[in-house]
Amino acid sequence: MENIAIIGIGMIPIKANYKTHNFADMAWETVNAALADAGISIKDVDNVITTSNDFWDGRTISCMAVGDASGVREKNCSCVEGDGTFGAFYGMARILSGSYGTTLVTGHTKGSESISSLITNAAFDPIYERALGPDMISGCAMQARAYMEKHGLTSRQTALVSVKNHGNAKHNPYAQLPMDISVDDVLASEMIADPLRKLDCSPVSDGCCAIILANEEKAKKLCKKPVWVKGAAFTSDAYFLGDRDLADPRSLVAAAKKAYAMAGITDPTKQIDIAEVYDAFSYQELMWLEGLGICEPGQAASLLEKGDFAVNGKLPVNASGGLLSGHPVIAAGLYRIAECVRQLRGEAGAVQKDGAKTAVAQGLNGVAGQSHCVWVLGADK
Amino acid sequence: MAKKRVAVVGTGQTMHKSHRPDVNGQELIHEAVKTALADAELTINDIDAIVIGNMDHFEGINYVDCWSVDGSGGWMKPIIKLTTGGTTGSTLAIGGYHMVASGLFEKVLIIGWEKNSESDTTGAITTAFDPIWDRLVFAGAIAGLAAEGMAYMTEFGITDKDAARVSVRDRKHACNNPYAQLRQEVTLEEVLASPMLSDPIHLLDVCPRTDGACAVIMASEDVAQKICPTPAWVWGTANRHTYTYVGDLNLGEIDSMKYAAAELWKKTGITEPRKQIDVIELYQPYSFAGIIWIEAMGIIPRGKGAEYIWSGATDMGGELPINPSGGVIACNPIGATGLIRCAEACTQIMGKGGARQVPDVNLAVSTGFGGCFWTDILLYGKQKPDF
Amino acid sequence: MARGDHLVISSGDAVQPFNYAVGLHGSKFFHELKENRRIVGIKCPACGKVYTPPRRVCGDCFVENKEWLEVGPQGVIDTFTIVRYAFIDPETGKQKPVPYGYGFIRFDGADTRFQHFVELNEARPIKIGARVEPVFAEERKGTIRDILYFRILD
Repeated sequence: MENIAIIGIGMIPIKANYKTHNFADMAWETVNAALADAGISIKDVDNVITTSNDFWDGRTISCMAVGDASGVREKNCSCVEGDGTFGAFYGMARILSGSYGTTLVTGHTKGSESISSLITNAAFDPIYERALGPDMISGCAMQARAYMEKHGLTSRQTALVSVKNHGNAKHNPYAQLPMDISVDDVLASEMIADPLRKLDCSPVSDGCCAIILANEEKAKKLCKKPVWVKGAAFTSDAYFLGDRDLADPRSLVAAAKKAYAMAGITDPTKQIDIAEVYDAFSYQELMWLEGLGICEPGQAASLLEKGDFAVNGKLPVNASGGLLSGHPVIAAGLYRIAECVRQLRGEAGAVQKDGAKTAVAQGLNGVAGQSHCVWVLGADK
Repeated sequence: MAKKRVAVVGTGQTMHKSHRPDVNGQELIHEAVKTALADAELTINDIDAIVIGNMDHFEGINYVDCWSVDGSGGWMKPIIKLTTGGTTGSTLAIGGYHMVASGLFEKVLIIGWEKNSESDTTGAITTAFDPIWDRLVFAGAIAGLAAEGMAYMTEFGITDKDAARVSVRDRKHACNNPYAQLRQEVTLEEVLASPMLSDPIHLLDVCPRTDGACAVIMASEDVAQKICPTPAWVWGTANRHTYTYVGDLNLGEIDSMKYAAAELWKKTGITEPRKQIDVIELYQPYSFAGIIWIEAMGIIPRGKGAEYIWSGATDMGGELPINPSGGVIACNPIGATGLIRCAEACTQIMGKGGARQVPDVNLAVSTGFGGCFWTDILLYGKQKPDF
Repeated sequence: MARGDHLVISSGDAVQPFNYAVGLHGSKFFHELKENRRIVGIKCPACGKVYTPPRRVCGDCFVENKEWLEVGPQGVIDTFTIVRYAFIDPETGKQKPVPYGYGFIRFDGADTRFQHFVELNEARPIKIGARVEPVFAEERKGTIRDILYFRILD
């Protein structure tokens, strides 16, 4: 693949409720943060991809709300519906096609404006499933049960993910829920959908994130500290939960395999320095790490207990605090990419992994991780 | 990887109807996919990635990319959803183009679909507009279009009879298209006598709502001609989402079309679009657009559209036939509509148009319309572009 | 299989309620409307365009609008239609009462158009260029319904 760089990132702090901001207000602040970070003006942006979801926004053609605030007036633009990592993928393809030198990619969600369970219930099949009342939490609870059963894991082990990530969030000015909690706190929290307790679940959040992608020529001209895209790929599993082995994230395995092949990664455990994964629920961090090939299936929990995934461990995972500390749905994967960029530039402050050279970021769509998008980023070309 | 040239190598459509209770959404999608694969003589295993789109609130299904896989063939494949409102279908075509041109995927399946019968279309479109400012008074696509038609009529003194001539043309053309939903000729008098929906738009001036799906397969220049001996090469794409608020529009012109078309002509070396282009599949949801939007496209000067339509130049057999398929007025499964324009334009290049074939098509254009008067536009050629 | 064998499943009365944030600029507009029956717009510092409804960003210039101005309350109809067809109003779930006048109104001193109901009155027909003024609700709550409709003046 021709070299593509991330030359700017913009985030606004993730909050429970941006009451004062509509979607355009959030996009305006985020896009300007990304432009300032890249040291460029909107004139240097050749085209724009916004990422949003009509259900979450309560608006058909949800992208319409943020056009002006994302600078699309005189530019080619398009809109991806799904996680921001997918929007970023399309933004990258539009550069690789030779059509544009730079792409601005944004993603926004305000979970605060709707009733989340109704929104995610609409992801279930209207004919066979929806009337039974499933939502993201109950669907994922079923996956958690299947995964824990398969590998003999306990709620105490998965709770440790929540303890680690809320602790990491204390160092992240963009995180919504920095907390000092213990495994016992997690186990004492309200049972939401067995085996998931409140502190196993990510919160409902508002947020917006933007990244600016560029080809090598533009990156060299515009940017002092580009972070390079080494590989990116996405894959979907079957739709009906009953058609899938919920404990086997095979679409993530497939996407990771392809992204690693592009990046020349043969031994992810050794070659990846940090990971930002889609921990919508505590068990998911462990499951996705295994799907990403960072460890063998069933091994992530014991490596977590050993401290391997802590900020000062072998391979820090969600040093930002992850989604458990703030989950603006559509923007979530872009936040993962942006957090990797901060690490690879050496700008992650108290949670910086010394000498981080290679990072993996993950986003997903659908219930219980049906469709995954994996990004491998590098400090060096 | 270097930029790859891209061609359309196969297309497929469902038989579009007002209601398709015989199939659910996935089955409807599958019908189009199966037809496109057969057209290209490929199997789903040959497809490297899928781009899909519709408008969520017409069916009330969230994460359609995920939900669709049993029909789309996206099982264990990359599948991505693009959605831009009425422009969705053309946005998908542009998306498929970039995915193949990037060199990341060799063969991409593009799917647009809608089951408009499953909800109240105008109600769903109304929620496209700003909940704070617009929803009280906005009444779906028809009222917004009526406001454009009224502004143009007042400025140039045309009448609803001029617009009716466009509707007569498209409804006649539709009789040649086996896929079209409405295949019945109408007279000027019938259009003008049909009920006034929203002044100055009569019932027979506007598109129906439709259940239907369309699939298009694009392939890179490395394999395109092996798959299809006369593929339709994508010469270029352009789009604009010029405005965010309806109240900011220059109603009576369409700025997005003006800017997008000008960019496309410049990029592809088109200097006299009226003479160089052989056929246009225009996303024309109501008859007045057949006059106003071809002016913005640069086909004829502003204010001269009606005269050009009356000359017969855009009829079958004229100098620049528009909508040989019958266009949107004859068939409108919204998320598929822009992609049907792409499929129909490419069908013309491939010479597979049957009764609706325009002779000797070398260059064809398709457009998409949607959102806040947004435009997508694509140019296709029989020859591989040399740029 | 006969056509009658195909089943349709209804979503029933399912609704998804939302709480839309108006944002800083819209909030000021509605406060002025509710408390003072005043219409306000906001001016782009670069191109000078006055936006009503007000918003943070000038899409043309990609700069932040800052200067608030009072506009209207009278204005002119830039374009309009009369909506005559029946449809389900997503705000209420019920059929919208038709016909109604739907106008794009440019307040005096504003450059963009404000959408609202315009009265249908045989004595003063709705037309492009007609002057209008808002009829305010007696009880105002800070929403678009604080204006009942626009009255045609000539």
